[in-house]
Amino acid sequence: MKAIDPHIHMVSRTTDDYLKLAISGIHTVTEPAFWAGFDRSSAESFRDYFYHLTVTEPARAARFGVRHFCWIGLNSKEAENLEIAADVLAIMPEFLEAATSVGIGEVGLNKNSRNEIKVLEQQLELAVSRNELLLIHTPHLEDKLKGTRIIMEMILSEPRLDPSRVLIDHAEEHTIKEIKDNGFWFGLTLYPNSKGSPERAIDAVEIHGTDRICINSSADWSVSDPLSVLKCANEMRRRGHPEEAITKVFYDNPRTFLSQCPKFQAG
Amino acid sequence: MAPPYQKMTASDILDLYFIENRARLLDVASFLDRIDRYEGAEEAKKDFRYQAFVNAVDILRSSARERTVAIQQSFSDQTTEPLESAIGLKAFGAWDGGK
Repeated sequence: MKAIDPHIHMVSRTTDDYLKLAISGIHTVTEPAFWAGFDRSSAESFRDYFYHLTVTEPARAARFGVRHFCWIGLNSKEAENLEIAADVLAIMPEFLEAATSVGIGEVGLNKNSRNEIKVLEQQLELAVSRNELLLIHTPHLEDKLKGTRIIMEMILSEPRLDPSRVLIDHAEEHTIKEIKDNGFWFGLTLYPNSKGSPERAIDAVEIHGTDRICINSSADWSVSDPLSVLKCANEMRRRGHPEEAITKVFYDNPRTFLSQCPKFQAG
Repeated sequence: MAPPYQKMTASDILDLYFIENRARLLDVASFLDRIDRYEGAEEAKKDFRYQAFVNAVDILRSSARERTVAIQQSFSDQTTEPLESAIGLKAFGAWDGGK
């Protein structure tokens, strides 16, 4: 089967993983800008990272026939330093112009602090001014419910932002209904140990339906699996769901959401 | 077990997932036994994470539907005010009550 992984951090993966994706049926990925595992010391470090996302990684992916698109943004874990945040926001437009940039992401909240909210407001304003798609990172664990609600309130109070152009990611059982009821797309992340499993993701499909859901691996430098999207599709298959529904969740849905950016083309 | 590509029954689900979930249950029991066995068990049991965990086990044992949502809610910060600063903070998996 063909699938799209709409959230995978390929800068942290080996070249072997591109081969695994390609021969397994994942020929299109989108990679959000995220935290490197440490706080960067200046905006110039982000400039190098954005160059990596927009130039180096698409070329590396292309060697294996994988289409690589990216999201540009300042992650919430590095939003406490407002001085660096302002410098990063100033260079973001240059990279949002890249042929493979599909929008602003992953931006959102981490611990739901006032500075995180300020920086998110600025990035939402940038999205409005450029008419960019948004990929939203919701906080981890005990902070997710509160953070998801704050983020939704911020977006819904800005009438120039259309929820159908926003994907709220890392949703879990206690946040899915509110996200979907508010008209957003939502993402489920298959991340061993701390986030969701294929079994729980397909439970969510069965409970909430196949509309406006995208399932991703978020594979990165931590314990994670770049083929988890396909393993999740197989979980849906072994429960007896029809092939059309499986294709909708794992290929058609991410393609539909991402195609709202004219630069996106699925392989 | 239903043949492939047909809607499953609850009995099919039990057949398919029982063994792996039995193993997960034993992992949870073993985790709690491990805390009991190690020095400082009484102190560890006062920790907010342990308290949240055993509270979640109680929810698990209830006959109410939507246990997963209820457990997720039980681990969550239910307040609405932003934090003044996130410097030096991390997520623990359970809410400490704002301490």
